[in-house]
Amino acid sequence: MGRSQVVPRDGSGAGEFGPDADDTGCTVLHVDMDAFYASVEIRRRPELRGKPVIVGGAGPRGVVSAASYEARKYGVHSAMPGSRAQRLCPHGIFLPPDFAAYTEASRAVMAIFRDVTPLVEPLSLDEAFLDVAGARKLLGRPARIAALIRHRVATEQRLTCSVGVASTKFMAKLGSTRAKPDGMVVVPAERALQYLHPLSVSALWGVGERTAETLQRLGLKTVGDLAAAPLGMLRAAVGDAAAHHLHELSWARDPRRVIPDHVEKSIGAETTFDIDVSDLSIIRRTMLALSNKVAQRLRHADQAGRTVSVKIRLADFQTLSRSRTVDVPTDVAREIFEISWALFSSARPGERIRLIGVRVEGLTSADGAPRQMTLGERDHGWRDAERAADAVAARFGTGLVTPASLLRGDGLRRDGNGAAPAPNSPEGPPTRHNGGR
Amino acid sequence: MKFRVERDALADAVAWTAKSLPSRPSVPVLAGVLLRVGDGRLQVSGFDYEVSSQVTVEVQADADGATLVSGRLLAEITKSLPAKPVDVAAVGSHVEITCGSARFTLPTMPVEDYPTLPEMPELAGTVDAATFAGAVSQVAIAAGRDDTLPMLTGVRIELEGSKLTLLATDRYRLAVRELEWRPDEDDVSLAALVPARTLDDTAKTLGPVGGLVSVALSRGKLGEGMIGFAGGTRRTTSRLLDGDFPKVRALLPDTHNAQARIRVSALNEVVRRVGLVAERSTPVRLSFSADGLVVEASGSEDARASEAMDCAYEGEPMTIAFNHQYLLDGLKALDAPIAVLSFTDPKKPAVMSPAKDDGEIVPGYWYLIMPVRIGS
Repeated sequence: MGRSQVVPRDGSGAGEFGPDADDTGCTVLHVDMDAFYASVEIRRRPELRGKPVIVGGAGPRGVVSAASYEARKYGVHSAMPGSRAQRLCPHGIFLPPDFAAYTEASRAVMAIFRDVTPLVEPLSLDEAFLDVAGARKLLGRPARIAALIRHRVATEQRLTCSVGVASTKFMAKLGSTRAKPDGMVVVPAERALQYLHPLSVSALWGVGERTAETLQRLGLKTVGDLAAAPLGMLRAAVGDAAAHHLHELSWARDPRRVIPDHVEKSIGAETTFDIDVSDLSIIRRTMLALSNKVAQRLRHADQAGRTVSVKIRLADFQTLSRSRTVDVPTDVAREIFEISWALFSSARPGERIRLIGVRVEGLTSADGAPRQMTLGERDHGWRDAERAADAVAARFGTGLVTPASLLRGDGLRRDGNGAAPAPNSPEGPPTRHNGGR
Repeated sequence: MKFRVERDALADAVAWTAKSLPSRPSVPVLAGVLLRVGDGRLQVSGFDYEVSSQVTVEVQADADGATLVSGRLLAEITKSLPAKPVDVAAVGSHVEITCGSARFTLPTMPVEDYPTLPEMPELAGTVDAATFAGAVSQVAIAAGRDDTLPMLTGVRIELEGSKLTLLATDRYRLAVRELEWRPDEDDVSLAALVPARTLDDTAKTLGPVGGLVSVALSRGKLGEGMIGFAGGTRRTTSRLLDGDFPKVRALLPDTHNAQARIRVSALNEVVRRVGLVAERSTPVRLSFSADGLVVEASGSEDARASEAMDCAYEGEPMTIAFNHQYLLDGLKALDAPIAVLSFTDPKKPAVMSPAKDDGEIVPGYWYLIMPVRIGS
C-alpha cells in the first residue's frame, strides 16, 4: 500500500528492471503484499475473486482500509472516506475489517520471510524490508531469493506480493511499488540513478504534498532536477536537515540498514496432528522431523541455541512444556532431537497427543563462532552431515536428504496415516525453487 | 520418645540427612527426617528412594521411640539454636524442641508410612577417607549435569585388585584418578556408576571424619544396583545409574608433541582475569612458544584482553583455545603447584597433569580437555 500513485509503471521501460537485471550487491528486499486485507478476504471467500472488494468504509463515517485491484479501477484507494468510495464504486463489495485474520495472515507471511533471513524489518502488517546478504550463500542471488519468497507466499499462503530488489531500502521500496501487483523489480546498483532521476520528487521518502509544492515552485519536478539543484537553494527552501536528506536520497544514497524489529529469541516448529496420536513411534518420527526443521532454520539464520524446549498439547488441550539448557549451543538436529525426546519421555504424557512442538532458545550467532569440540568426535560429525544436507536442499529443494526414519510413511507426510504437517511445514511436498535462475 | 543431645551434634546430623531430601517429594513422608531413639543412641535418617543417609548420634535417652518431622524445617531450626543442650520429646502428634529459652512445637508425620531404608550392600573394601574425598572432588567436576545423557552425570568407580579408579566425563572433558585401596578380596573386579553429586557430597562429608571409608557394592543381582559408603557414624546408600559409560580410557593419549609446565596459581589468576571478557561461548586462546605463554580472549562486543606469562614450553609454537571455565576447573582439580599440559594438536584433547615444584609429574591423575575450534 502507500504511495502507489506517484511512481509511473511505464516510461523508462520496466523490462530493464525485471527479474533478470543485474542484482549484484542488491541485498535489500522490500516485500509488499498486494491489496493485503482485500486479498485475505478473497482467499477465504473465493467467490469474491475478480470483484471490486473494499475492506472498511461500509458505515457512513467509515474509511477504506484496502481495496482490491478491481475496486482500484474505479478510483477507490485506501484512506478514502467510505462515502466517496461508495459513490465511485456503488457495486463494490464492502466488508467490515477482520484484523484478527489479517494479523494471522501477516504472521504467516512474516514467518516465510524469516525462513529466508533473520533480518526482517516489518513496516506494517503487509510490508517488510529484508536483508538477504547472509542468505545468498544458501539460497542464491537476491533476485532468486525474491522469486522464492513470491513462490512460497503464493503456494503456501495463496496470496500475492510484489518485491523490490535493490542495494538500499529506499530503492527497494520504489522497486516494489513499480512491481505491483504480483511482480518483481530489480534495480541494479549502478543504474539506480537512471531509475530514480526521471521520477517525480514526490516519490522521495519525506516529500509530502507541501514539500512537493515548495519544490515545484523552485522548478524541481523530478528527482533528477532535485539532484542537480544547488544544496544552498534547497536549504533555503526546506531547511538544513530536509535538504541534506533529500539531496542524499536523490543520489540514491540511503544508509539505513535493515533492523529486525526484534532480535530472534528462539526458533521453533510445531505440528498439530490431524487425529490425536498416542503411538510413540509416530511421535518420535514427528519430533525428529521437527528437530530437523528447527536445526535447518537455525543454521539458515546462523544461530545456535543452548536451551531446547518441547511443547506437548494433549487431547484435552492441557499443554505441557519442558525445557533443558545445555553448556554448548547447538544447531544440530541430532542433538536437538535427543534432548527433545528425553524431555518428552520425562514428561510422560501417557495420553493422546494433539500437538507437539520443538523450540531452541538462548540464541547466539553461530557463524564462524568458536565451537567446543567433544571428546572422541569424528572429523566429520553430524553437524557436517546436516550442513551437507542443507546445501543439497538449497540447490534441489527440501526433502531430498532426510534421516532414514523419515523416508517413507513418516509422521509428517500427508499420506493419511493420521499425522500431517503444519500448513507451512517444509516436509510437505518438496518445493523446488529454481524459477529465479 | 524423649532425649537430650548436644546442639552441634544434632545440627550436623540433621543438616546432612536433610541435604539429600527431595525438594518435591513424590510422597509427603519423604520430605521428613526420621528420628529414632534406642540403646542410648539417636538415628537420624533421610531417604528419597534413590539415596539414603543415616547418622548415629550419642544422646541421653529418656524414652525410646521414633518420630518423623519435616527435614527442611528441622534443619533450619537446629542450625539457629543457641549452643546449649537440646531437649526433644514426642508429645501426641507433635514434637517439642527446647533449647535454652527457645521452644518449638512441630507437627509430625506418620512413622509407619515411612519406607524402610535399604540394607547396606556387601562390603567390597576400604579406602582412606581424606584421600577418597580429594580424589572424588578431582573427578566429579568433569561429570555432566545434563540429564539427557544420564550415564554422563555419574562417576564410574572401577575396583580392580588394589586399584580404585574414578572416571567422569561430560563429553568436553574427562577426569581420571587412580588410587590405592584395600579390597576385601584381593582379586576383586567390580565397576559401578554412581550419581556424581551424591558421591561428591558423601565423600566430602566422610573426608573430615578421617579414618577409613567402607565401600559396599551389590554384586550380581543381589541388592540390585546399589552402592553404600560408611565412615564414622555415618552411612549412605545410593542407587547406581543405568547405562553404558563410554569407553573413555582409549581417549587418554599416550604420546604428545608439545608440553608446557606452568605454575597453577599464576595461570589460574591470568585465565580468570583474561576470562572476564570471554563469554560462555567464546574461548580463551593460549599461544605457547619458546618465549612463554600468551593468554587472550575476546567477547562478542569487541571486548578483548591479553596477558603474557612465563612458561616452560617444549615443542613447536602452538595456539589452542579452551572454554575458560573448563580450564579453571582443571587447574583447581589438579591440587598441585605445577600444571603440566601435554598437547598433540590444537584440535585434539590436551592433558593436564599435576606436578611437584620441580616439575616432576605426580602420577595417578589426568584431566583431559577438548579444545574449542576457532572459525568454522
